Amino acid sequence: MKRIVLAIALLFAGLHVAFAIDPLPFTDRAQELRFQHLTRQLRCLVCQNQDLADSDADLAKDLRRQVFQMMQEGKTDDEIKQYLVSRYNDFVLYDPPLQAGTWLLWFGPLAFVLIGGIIVARIVRKRASVPQEPIDSREEW
Amino acid sequence: MSRLLPFFGFILIVALFAFGIHWNRSHDMNWVPSPLIDKPAPEFNLPLLYDSTKSLSRAELLGKPYLLNVFGSWCVTCQDEHPILMAQGKALGVRLIGMDWKDSPDAAKRWLAQFGNPYDTIIADADGKTGIDFGVYGAPESYLVDAHGVIRYKRIGMLTPQIIDRELKPAIARLQTTPP
Repeated sequence: MKRIVLAIALLFAGLHVAFAIDPLPFTDRAQELRFQHLTRQLRCLVCQNQDLADSDADLAKDLRRQVFQMMQEGKTDDEIKQYLVSRYNDFVLYDPPLQAGTWLLWFGPLAFVLIGGIIVARIVRKRASVPQEPIDSREEW
Repeated sequence: MSRLLPFFGFILIVALFAFGIHWNRSHDMNWVPSPLIDKPAPEFNLPLLYDSTKSLSRAELLGKPYLLNVFGSWCVTCQDEHPILMAQGKALGVRLIGMDWKDSPDAAKRWLAQFGNPYDTIIADADGKTGIDFGVYGAPESYLVDAHGVIRYKRIGMLTPQIIDRELKPAIARLQTTPP
């Protein structure tokens, strides 16, 4: 009896794994890693906070298959990204490209750190220039 | 003055959040602008839904503008859009081409038999490849293509009567005035 239960449990465990990943016939492990790396940089357009590697949406499956097929054809990562960008806009890329419209996005945080740094430096310098009152040793703690 | 500084900072943050809420409400956050606007429509050659021995290509549609409406029998919003196309499709003044996207032809035919067929012609994109070329990510989507095969307008989501009046009809009117 126990054996049967275990066998059934194992059967379902296997099924679960099989459904979580597309069974794509990669030529080797390196290609599989490249595929995973690439699809993680691409956004699923149906559920927009998920990457292409992660999404279970039907369109994401189609796009994964398309990416896989283009890899088999010997296309580079950049060519595959360009293929998707020309159809779905820069939005498919998780990292927006550096261009006129995105410089604030890329360098905004740096600018904030710089402004904050300048403010802190000025406050510190102002405090340093105020003559310190002599510490009253008689003060009780 | 420096005592008021935190207050001004507070006002600034309130203004920022208010703008954020306003922006969120007035924009569809899932909307992705299409890079294909004012670009030639992608090449396609797809079988007709009602006669799979025949096909229709991009080249055959040149000469007159058309509205390509991407739908599927599985798509819930398409069902909401359907009566609007039935009522207004003929009056738009352009050919209405249906693209049955990622769908089984039999299911699509059943769906159209039940709800009516507003289209002049329907092409079947069963594997969804042409849809990807058009940048479709959520049916229903509609593409207004001019006589030269250039995409002039795209609607992601349902064509409501308001959208038809406010966006689609002016876009169709502009086709007459746009030089090649």
